[in-house]
Amino acid sequence: MGLIGSAASGDVTMPVDERTGVMNAAASGGWLEAVLFYTVAGMTLVSGLGVCVSRNIVRMAVWLFVALGSVSMMYFLLAANFLGAIQLIVYAGGTLVLLIFGVMLTSKSPWARFDVGKIELLAAAVVSGVLLGCLGAVITATRWHGVEGMVPGSSVADIGRRLLTEYLVPFEVAGVVLMVVMVGAAHLARQEK
Amino acid sequence: MTIGLNHYLIVAAGLFCMGLFTMMTKRNAIGILLGVELVLNAAAINFVAFDRYLGPGRVDGAINALFIIVLAAAEAAIAVGICINLYKNLATVDVDQATSLQG
Repeated sequence: MGLIGSAASGDVTMPVDERTGVMNAAASGGWLEAVLFYTVAGMTLVSGLGVCVSRNIVRMAVWLFVALGSVSMMYFLLAANFLGAIQLIVYAGGTLVLLIFGVMLTSKSPWARFDVGKIELLAAAVVSGVLLGCLGAVITATRWHGVEGMVPGSSVADIGRRLLTEYLVPFEVAGVVLMVVMVGAAHLARQEK
Repeated sequence: MTIGLNHYLIVAAGLFCMGLFTMMTKRNAIGILLGVELVLNAAAINFVAFDRYLGPGRVDGAINALFIIVLAAAEAAIAVGICINLYKNLATVDVDQATSLQG
C-alpha cells in the first residue's frame, strides 16, 4: 500500500508490527492498491507494446512518453515519492525532449519509416519471448521473503543523507560524467566551419 | 488480493523484453535509443521494487534508480549527438547504412 502508506502513517487504528514498524494492511482493503496497480501496470505494458510495434518514430516517442509517465506512477505506488517526481522531471521532461529533438533533426519527413525483414522480426520475437518466459518462470518460482503490507514512504532526507555519506564517490563520479557528457555532446553536435 | 514483489517484477520483465524487441527490430538509430530507455526503466522498477519489499526504510534501491536516471540522461545526450553526426555524414539514420568502419 505504498501510495497511501506515507499518508496514513499517523493513523493510530492501524495495527503496527512493533519489531519492523511495518503496518499490516490486510484489514484495510488492499483492493485499492490492487486496482491502482493493475491500472498502472496495464498502462505501462500497453505503452511499451506501442513502442515495440509502432513503425513511425514520432508515434514511438509519444508511446514512450506514456510509458515513462506510467513508470513514474509505479514509483509512487512503491512509496518512492521523490523518485517518481524525479522520473517525471528529468526523464519525461528532459531526456524525452532531447530524444524528440533528435527525431526532428534527423528525419526527412515525419512519416519516414524503415522496414525490417520477416526473419529479423521472427528472431527478435523468439528471443524476447523466450527471455520473458524464463524471467517469468524464475520470478514466480522464487520464494521472496519480502515485507507485506504498508511501509513508510522513503524520505528525501534519507536519500540526501546517504548520497552524501555512503554514496559520495558515485555521486561525485556522476557529476564528473555529466560534465564530460555536456562537453562531449556539444563537441559532437557542433557546426563544422 | 495483495500486490507483492512478483507483480512488479513481472511488469518490469515485460517492459525489459519489449525494450529488447524494440532494439532488435528498429533500423532507425533513434528508435534503438527509445528501446534502450525502456530497458533502463525496467531495471529501475526492479531496483525500486526490491527496495520497497526487501528493505523498506533503507533507500539503496532508490539511490541506484537515481543513478540509472542520471546515466540515461547522459547516454541520451551523447547518442543524440552521434545520431546528428551520422545524419550529417550519411543523410540517414538507418543503422544498416553506417558501414564505413567495416573491414
